Amino acid sequence: MRRYNYFPGCSCSEGTGVAYGLSTQAVGKALDIELVELADWNCCGSTPYGSLDVMGSTCLSARNLALAEKADGLDVVTPCSSCYITLNKANSYLKEYPELGSAVDEALAAADLEYGRGVRVRHLAEILSEDAEPDVIRSKVKISLSGLNVAPYYGCQLVRPRLGSDDPECPQSLDSLAESAGAKVIPFPLKTHCCGASLIISEESLALELIRKLLDSAQQNGAHCIVTACPLCQANLDAYQSRVNSRFKTNYSLPVLFFTQLMGVALGLTPKALGLEKNIVSPMKALTPYFLSRP
Amino acid sequence: MSNLLEEVYAIPGGEGVALCIQCGTCSASCPGADRGLSPRQIIGMVRADMREEILSGDSLWLCASCYLCTVRCPRDIRPTDLMHALECLAVRDGVSSKRTRTPLMYRTFINSVINNGRVHEAGLVTRFYMRTNPLAALKMLRLGLALLSHGRMPLRARKINGRRAVRTILDKARALAGTQ
Repeated sequence: MRRYNYFPGCSCSEGTGVAYGLSTQAVGKALDIELVELADWNCCGSTPYGSLDVMGSTCLSARNLALAEKADGLDVVTPCSSCYITLNKANSYLKEYPELGSAVDEALAAADLEYGRGVRVRHLAEILSEDAEPDVIRSKVKISLSGLNVAPYYGCQLVRPRLGSDDPECPQSLDSLAESAGAKVIPFPLKTHCCGASLIISEESLALELIRKLLDSAQQNGAHCIVTACPLCQANLDAYQSRVNSRFKTNYSLPVLFFTQLMGVALGLTPKALGLEKNIVSPMKALTPYFLSRP
Repeated sequence: MSNLLEEVYAIPGGEGVALCIQCGTCSASCPGADRGLSPRQIIGMVRADMREEILSGDSLWLCASCYLCTVRCPRDIRPTDLMHALECLAVRDGVSSKRTRTPLMYRTFINSVINNGRVHEAGLVTRFYMRTNPLAALKMLRLGLALLSHGRMPLRARKINGRRAVRTILDKARALAGTQ
């Protein structure tokens, strides 16, 4: 069994991405991956903190990394793309900018913490596509999702700036995971285009236009559902789909699943364990045939 | 007041501004560029020391941090980090644009983190809409209720045990930044 320090992030722990957190834990268990939640972690600060105060933002991440180092130093794994790049950015800034680094050290010391720069931060999608063996995943699939057309949506911060090994504009990791589950991956040329992220709150018209393009491309290509690896992408595409419909006079009704929810269905987990009732656009019409075929 | 270019250099992520060859790859990649100044224009204007136009303008705040410019830049400039560096300067100087609501949204986000140690999404959006446009809050009510009824928007903020430690760290960081 592989073990990691688990960093859910605010959204996946109990906010809009709570189903991502639930399905991550459920899939982890099914695949013998132990995710030990980092005790008393704090918000990474995400893009907003780093846009107003670089030093404060780096400190927030550094506290989490210091806690992980103190715990056991194992890799930190997060399902959230924003936590992923924010924690990673702190790691690289601490090494690249020694002056910033020593100020952050001093700030941490005020709370009796120190960070030796030794913790690696990885995304859950990276763990499941690199550390877990594809054959092992396939061997644990109880229900093949054959006949389900999936549009894997990577968004931005999972693949950019390039932190892992996947291509920043034509990545494959989620495609492979969906295929391991037996689903059919459809061509989705916009798979790394932006959904507008948190600008959905302050610049709604800009973000809704980006979301409309994504939904349109997925639908045109015959998707039965979109699959994401980011809580903000999921909320924008799922919860705001009705806003897109009223603004653009469209009638999209595309379920937007977390990739862990999709994998969980194939692994034979229950809808409740995967938090499927929390999706605003219900995925049950698309998924019920697979639940009915459970062994 | 000192030269904008020098100040941008001094902020982590800002030093790439000198390397730009004005090829426009960033602008062609940017999902927000057609709504304001493009990244290429912003970089050119920083180098021309057009302080007010840049720091008090809306364009910085249209960056959605998609990092497409960053992976495509032939000079490895990291324009996304550069936008964040400029945003930091605009806020530090208290000159950020009042026409865009993104700085206020970010500030509301940060306050939630400082108060709780984590961000509380329901509190963030409620405070943001009440401070900008309470009528918009009504418009968003349906969406909020949908999230609430699907168990995705707890009304109570989770506070971490270490929130005092988080504040101590941030206070110390602010004090150190002030003396630099």
